[in-house]
Amino acid sequence: MAAPDALAAKDLLGIEPLTKDEIQLILDTAHTLADVAKHPIKKVPALRGRTMVNLFYEASTRTRTSFELAAVRLSADVVNINVQASSVVKGETLLDTAKTLEAMTVDFIVMRHGSSGAPHMLARNLQASVINAGDGQHEHPTQALLDLYTVREKLGSIEGKTITLVGDIQHSRVARSDLIAFTKMGAKVRFCGPPTLLSDDFAALGAEVHHDLRAALTGADVIYVLRLQFERHRMGLMPSVKAYTQRYAITPDRVKWAKPGALVMHPGPMNRGVEIAHEVADGPTSVIVDQVANGIAVRMAVLYLLENGRTKRAAAGGVQ
Amino acid sequence: MNVLIRGGRVLDPASGTDGVQDVLITEGKVAKVGVGIESGDATVIEAKGLIVAPGFVDLHVHLREPGQEGKETIATGTRAAAKGGMTAVVAMPNTVPPLDTPAMIAYVLSRVAQDAVVRVWPAGCISHERKGEVMADLAGLKEAGAVAFSDDGNSVMNALLARRAMINTSLLNVPYVEHAEDEDLVDGGVMHEGRVSLKLGLAGRTTLAEDIIVARDLLLAEATGAHLHVAHVTSKRSLEMIREAKARKVPVTCEATPHHLVLTDEAVGEFDTAAKVLPPLRSEEHRQALIAAVKDGTVDAIVSDHAPHGPLEKEVEFAQAASGMVGLETMLGLVLEILVRPGVIDLAGLVRLMSTNPARLFHLPGGTLAPGSPGDVTVFDPDAAWTVDPRALASKSKNTPFAGRSMRGRAVHVIVGGRPVVRDCGLV
Amino acid sequence: MDAAAIDRALVRMAHEIHEKNPDRMADLLLIGIPKRGDVLARRIAAALERACGTAVPVGVLDITMYRDDIGSKASIPKPSDLPGSIDGKTIVLVDDVLFTGRSVRAAMDALIDFGRPKAIQLAVLVDRGHRELPIRADYVGKNIPTAPDANVKVELKEEDGSDRVLLEEAR
Repeated sequence: MAAPDALAAKDLLGIEPLTKDEIQLILDTAHTLADVAKHPIKKVPALRGRTMVNLFYEASTRTRTSFELAAVRLSADVVNINVQASSVVKGETLLDTAKTLEAMTVDFIVMRHGSSGAPHMLARNLQASVINAGDGQHEHPTQALLDLYTVREKLGSIEGKTITLVGDIQHSRVARSDLIAFTKMGAKVRFCGPPTLLSDDFAALGAEVHHDLRAALTGADVIYVLRLQFERHRMGLMPSVKAYTQRYAITPDRVKWAKPGALVMHPGPMNRGVEIAHEVADGPTSVIVDQVANGIAVRMAVLYLLENGRTKRAAAGGVQ
Repeated sequence: MNVLIRGGRVLDPASGTDGVQDVLITEGKVAKVGVGIESGDATVIEAKGLIVAPGFVDLHVHLREPGQEGKETIATGTRAAAKGGMTAVVAMPNTVPPLDTPAMIAYVLSRVAQDAVVRVWPAGCISHERKGEVMADLAGLKEAGAVAFSDDGNSVMNALLARRAMINTSLLNVPYVEHAEDEDLVDGGVMHEGRVSLKLGLAGRTTLAEDIIVARDLLLAEATGAHLHVAHVTSKRSLEMIREAKARKVPVTCEATPHHLVLTDEAVGEFDTAAKVLPPLRSEEHRQALIAAVKDGTVDAIVSDHAPHGPLEKEVEFAQAASGMVGLETMLGLVLEILVRPGVIDLAGLVRLMSTNPARLFHLPGGTLAPGSPGDVTVFDPDAAWTVDPRALASKSKNTPFAGRSMRGRAVHVIVGGRPVVRDCGLV
Repeated sequence: MDAAAIDRALVRMAHEIHEKNPDRMADLLLIGIPKRGDVLARRIAAALERACGTAVPVGVLDITMYRDDIGSKASIPKPSDLPGSIDGKTIVLVDDVLFTGRSVRAAMDALIDFGRPKAIQLAVLVDRGHRELPIRADYVGKNIPTAPDANVKVELKEEDGSDRVLLEEAR
């Protein structure tokens, strides 16, 4: 079968539905598109005339900006909608908001929402391509893609590597997407965290579950640190921030438990000095800054390949 | 009205009848069951090749009137019930306002008298306003016509209230129906807590929530002698406890729904709100335990828990969506599919679960075709093929996860009090 | 065209490029449009080196993101590879077949996003007519008049195993 040149689905709602070939395609395309940032004119006309809407129900400057830059570098037009909680209270349903956007003939909707499954609902009801920028605790596919890209770029390959994620796995959509993505590409994924923030049921989803940090880090090629959300303490899920950091914070000493040269990654934003020590965040093996740059290239690739898919379907006379 | 149902296989476990016979109904009551009955001036309903059973009684239905008539009314809900083969339903009291006073029961009964096409027996609330704080006037509710008590939709969380209520229901000889789900333990969950909820990033409801309330209520029922009826049981452990309590003669009964017998938490799929229900669809392990519990008689009745919701409640984010599915019209077909055809129970078993037992346990007339009983008959074809088309449902709401499903088995004729309400699968 | 004809054409084109740019050989770049335009660019560079002793830098220009054909040709961009800055340079774009002219338009747009060349010239192995844009080649290997729905296919050793130009009439 010929290698794909587009994404099969209209939307990118998660890593789960992507095939290994499609993931490969996204990473390869991102590699080419990363060059655009180095041109004197940081733009190619590939998505000229297309409109992308950032529909963010949860605040996020970094992800939103990353998508915006990705679109703009492909010459698409961007509209940002930051839906405050109050307008949801005012009564406009998600579906109505979406239908309004559709009426304005929008091509791409990038959506971040606090409810798992919200982008899926939108995608079912719209012609536009929906990209999930994070839905509840479910998935954050472009984060996982840029994580894959970063590991591939820095370590040469993903297959056979061991990736250890540390932190509040239970509530993390990044952890879920990374588990699926890295496993699909042949890596081994370990989860590590306190029992109330990491259910043993994750083993049924394919992760190696650890509650001891040393065991989790031994032999790891990548240390992936998740952000600690202080609300979890208030919800009674952890006794105190100190109790967490004592056992799970990534300090320079603990980095040594992993393989020499192990990458340190973080989806951002970081709580410096809490889940990750300053020296580690800025250390020689930290690729946190690269993740940000790679995020734009990966998101450009996603937009480009979704657009290819739309073009092909339109040419085939299908429903568009 | 006089009706002769001719030539069908009469299946009435209550009177031990199983054979091709005729059933004559005069003046709204079963007059005679036998072979070769003369029709006289009775309307003849040919039932050759069909099963003739005492009318089905659905112990758990939400008719939404008063207060949510946009979703369903007594008129539309009872029509849906009739099409599904029911001749009687027990209406749950979580209406708006709830049925927590004799006046509200009287109101519902007056609406039933005007609009219902099948019998409707109202249940009354256990607590005032269903808040779980102050006990409602249970004796008054029974006097007004309530046949059961339930705060369904919520568990009675206060054990003292539950105990006192059971002391009363025991005296009143009325079932205490518990929706067993500890409100704290469910922790805002929106589906079964398990591998699927973890994968989908949705908050889960642990089966422990059901088990804890069931365990508590079993102890209370044993102590008070109240008839505890566990609504829509789903948990393997709860079934074990109920089975064990029954063996010790604790006065407990329980009911199961077709959707919990047919579907698992996988039905949520890509966040399909049609599969969102309380208690939630469980994992395969629990579903199998439920089927086994039906087989060994631990489960006493099958009910629909018919819960209509409109697009406003369902076409939203999964976590925001209302829980519940319509079920009156798919119940028979699903029970045949999941229990009868695979041999878990036979047709007599089906009649026991959908008519004999429900009537008997809630002290309702019917559930048998013995002469003198109400002329409530369900004539059904266990093999009739049809497809679930939401637009064709008699229910006002169309929220079902079974849309498009091929079914085998449907009610053909339904007679209530000697009056045909459904003829040839259609409403009269 | 067979292998020998192709070779003769490329050598002649190399001489023509040299003739036309007497004072600019130092600032000349050969930029090929994949697929096959880049192969041809390398061959022309080799011919130029043999003929005039000048080593002309060769680059590859991917035009996927600049195409304007809406429809079937969804494809994956590959990295371009330009030999340093193109500012002030004289660029000879090299492609295998000149047809509607749209690929060349896309190539020019792409080049201009990379920098500011002094001049752009165009070398093609085959000109088959039917221009849809006002674009003409400076150097042509062979003019092959065609019916609009015919297909001209250039095969090269490096890509396809042998050198030849095929003309397929439409059915």
